[in-house]
Amino acid sequence: MELHELTLQQLIKELEEKKTNAQEIMTAILNRINAVDQKVKAFLTLNQEAAIEKAREFDRQPWQGKIAGIPFALKDNYCTKGVRTTCASKMLENFIPPYDATLVKKLYAEGGILTGKLNLDEFAMGSSTELSAFFPSHNPWDLERVPGGSSGGSAAAVAADEIPFSLASDTGGSIRQPAAYCGVVGLKPTYGRVSRWGIVAYASSLDQAGVITKDVSDAALVLSIIAGYDPLESTSVQMEVPDYTAFLNTDIKGLKIGYPKEYFQQGVDGKITETLKKALLKYEEMGAHIEEVSLPHSEYALPAYYIIGPAEASSNMGKFDGVRYGLRDFSADNVADLFSLSRQAGFGPEVKRRIMLGTYALSSGYYDAYYLKALKVRRLINDDFAKVFSSFDVIVAPTTPTTAFKIGENTDDILTAYMNDILTVPINMAGLPGISIPCGLADGLPVGMQIIGKPFAETTLLKAAYAFEQATDYHQLKPSLGVR
Amino acid sequence: MSNEFETVVGLEVHVELKTNTKIFCACKTAFGAEPNTQVCPICSGFPGMLPVLNKKVVELAIKTGLAINAEIASYCKFDRKNYFYPDLPNAYQISQFALPICTNGYLDIDVNGSQKRIRINRAHMEEDAGKLVHDGTITTTAFSLVDLNRTGVPLLEIVSEPDMRSAQEARAYLEKLRSMLLFAQVSDARMEEGSIRCDANVSVRRKGEEKLGVRAEIKNLNSFKAMEKAIEYEAKRQMEAIEDGETLIQETRTWDDEKGVTRSMRNKEEAHDYRYYPDPDLPPIQIDAAWIEEIKATLPEMPDAAKQRLQDQFGLPEYDAAIITTSPHSLSFFDQCVAVFPEAKTVSNWMMGELSRMLNQNNLEIQQCKITPAMLADLLKLIADGTISGKMAKSVFEKMFDSGNSAAQIIEEQGMVQISDEDTLRKIIAEIIDNNPVVVADYRSGKEKARGFLVGQVMKATKGQANPNSVNKILTELLTKEGD
Ligand SMILES: [Zn+2]
Repeated sequence: MELHELTLQQLIKELEEKKTNAQEIMTAILNRINAVDQKVKAFLTLNQEAAIEKAREFDRQPWQGKIAGIPFALKDNYCTKGVRTTCASKMLENFIPPYDATLVKKLYAEGGILTGKLNLDEFAMGSSTELSAFFPSHNPWDLERVPGGSSGGSAAAVAADEIPFSLASDTGGSIRQPAAYCGVVGLKPTYGRVSRWGIVAYASSLDQAGVITKDVSDAALVLSIIAGYDPLESTSVQMEVPDYTAFLNTDIKGLKIGYPKEYFQQGVDGKITETLKKALLKYEEMGAHIEEVSLPHSEYALPAYYIIGPAEASSNMGKFDGVRYGLRDFSADNVADLFSLSRQAGFGPEVKRRIMLGTYALSSGYYDAYYLKALKVRRLINDDFAKVFSSFDVIVAPTTPTTAFKIGENTDDILTAYMNDILTVPINMAGLPGISIPCGLADGLPVGMQIIGKPFAETTLLKAAYAFEQATDYHQLKPSLGVR
Repeated sequence: MSNEFETVVGLEVHVELKTNTKIFCACKTAFGAEPNTQVCPICSGFPGMLPVLNKKVVELAIKTGLAINAEIASYCKFDRKNYFYPDLPNAYQISQFALPICTNGYLDIDVNGSQKRIRINRAHMEEDAGKLVHDGTITTTAFSLVDLNRTGVPLLEIVSEPDMRSAQEARAYLEKLRSMLLFAQVSDARMEEGSIRCDANVSVRRKGEEKLGVRAEIKNLNSFKAMEKAIEYEAKRQMEAIEDGETLIQETRTWDDEKGVTRSMRNKEEAHDYRYYPDPDLPPIQIDAAWIEEIKATLPEMPDAAKQRLQDQFGLPEYDAAIITTSPHSLSFFDQCVAVFPEAKTVSNWMMGELSRMLNQNNLEIQQCKITPAMLADLLKLIADGTISGKMAKSVFEKMFDSGNSAAQIIEEQGMVQISDEDTLRKIIAEIIDNNPVVVADYRSGKEKARGFLVGQVMKATKGQANPNSVNKILTELLTKEGD
């Protein structure tokens, strides 16, 4: 296998055994990016010279760390000191943060090398990466299809072997859904398990950082690095961080798996439910206990999400006012125009739509009917999960209702586009950990299996995912980077 | 006519809490620093930045709550108040809307010799906004500069019930509140530096009417005097408007101190919809009884208790006790002074007389004064033992005030010791009697005025250092003797 094809831990091993060096790895990665990214369009910014220089430095005098000398890439809503951070928005096209996000600092502290910044739907609002203000990304399995979103660049880059792993963020499915579409592993930890500090907020109570990797074991390793309390982040939780890789084994006898009937209806494609049912049988074969469960309020999750998400977004987006940084319309001759002209020029249509939706939902006279009601729904969804988790270890469901759709297919139909999140949104509403792993192909396109865990039970989640992965070889399937 | 009306006033007072650092970041809060030298990415609203609550702010808020007899919430939280303005980097102010930290307090004020209770509805924590520097108004200025030093300075907004019935009562309340803040050591409470700021809600109604009139909120009240004048003006304006048959509207008005008028800023329809909602970046605050007790134990003697003590322990009149207890510095000055010089009424007279006059003249506060309590006590001792006269003492006091030198030093330098030695005085007086036969004759023929002239001559001859009691005694003695 070529260096760029290796998983994170394979690369670490190669380096440790001195079969290669950091420069060779970085060169292989950059060559791969240069070879395929015209097609995939995963990267918004390449940190080429700095990355090579850093790798050279490492080879001269290696440093210690769990991912020492290994390239990584970030969704472009992670602030990186000295490296442009755009959120795929005209608003921040030339914004260079003076600080690194906490998770970026953690990756640096373990010796990782930043290779570039990855495409997303503008400000992480979207499910296809078509809503990037710069260009859409493409699915490596079928370049005419979307890689999903909002972390489409992060998933596509890993799937296309352009990077061994990437960090991303998940507000309503933005890690799991593109991971499913691209046939890679996408992990969203429990809300509060990792720090949000330095990641540009979309909807603060739902946003959670996570990781996209080529296999489950890599996801466990990266989670071990990024998890933990951050004194700069008030919603991060003070809890010990286990070595998540230590819990990975294939003994899942007696593991209680619930599969919610609602997640196998709701307009979920028959080929997807078929694939999932096969996966469940696999689990049963391995000694797990499989049982249908119910999450009765599931159908209200999506509408509630599209109130809470935009409500928080409408407030979070206020800071982009053209005054201190970012795009500014210099033709304005008064302060009100400065605000509105700058925002008019800086934000794309979906960001504007969500700002308007959210502003409306929080307006006096509508607050109780929309925002407050949505919060109540959120509590009911939480209760649904709590009830199931009182007698089950994990919940297994499809990650998405369909496989990757064609670029342009949903751009005029907002509601259909929003429906993509239907199976992932409830997990964010409840703040639970979730992972999407490949569980087969449907018409040649990857299908994702979502495993949902109890709060802070990432260990169980990863173990269940790992056991499945070890018993199958779906994670080893590689895309052809062509058009199907 | 207007005596059929009564004025109804409620005050909203913003108190800057005395912390070293801002409420949600580590920036300093020092007053008067160069613009934008006390800012960081957090308080200037950079992407991805998150707030962390300064615990000291909560502590001072609790302390203030205890000082104003309020209930301290065991559970409270922060909300976002959304609006656009260049001095508000996040386009929302973090404040407390639904669940404030303090509720149901009160302060007792003196009104024409009797006590009146002013209820306090609530007190809530929030962050201050920045400052705009420009010519004229924001709509007419060519450009406006933003100073974010103040952004994130912790405030406590204390909202009274509409329990005051005149500008004088409002002033008494604000003064009382200020003294509570000073005693509790929670704020510098300097109106001129903006560390307390006050908005007044003013309405009028016919006497006997229970329903409140339509209120106007008056802003820009930068001094006690401005507040009094603005309330008086506004009440009169409203009464006249009603008598002219006009319908008042609920509105926000600004006080123009130069012209002495209030002007409409915006009415209820134009009022902002702040779209308050819970800040998802800050977890709710839990306050347990033990913490409250701990803080209560740090509260020093408060003005009401101190006032009672001065009356009980030192027999001071209520008036004196009230004035001395307006600030903790003045109370401590008094206490230290009487510890050395126990004639409390004398100390009080000097504090309310000479000391207060000199402080006002020099625009100083008592804690900035060069005269220490011990120095004043020494001066008072020198008067009591007859070393200097009361009149001399006033001049010595002024010199002490300016130079910071002790009374003894000044008396010695200026040769100001009082002449009480009777032989010396008798000699001087005898000589004056000899030299002024006409005056002496006038006196003996019953012209009392003539005696005053003779005393004056003695003082002139002794450069004012003669002990007046001795002079009178000897003069009587000599004039009577010679008349025999
Ligand atoms: Zn700051």
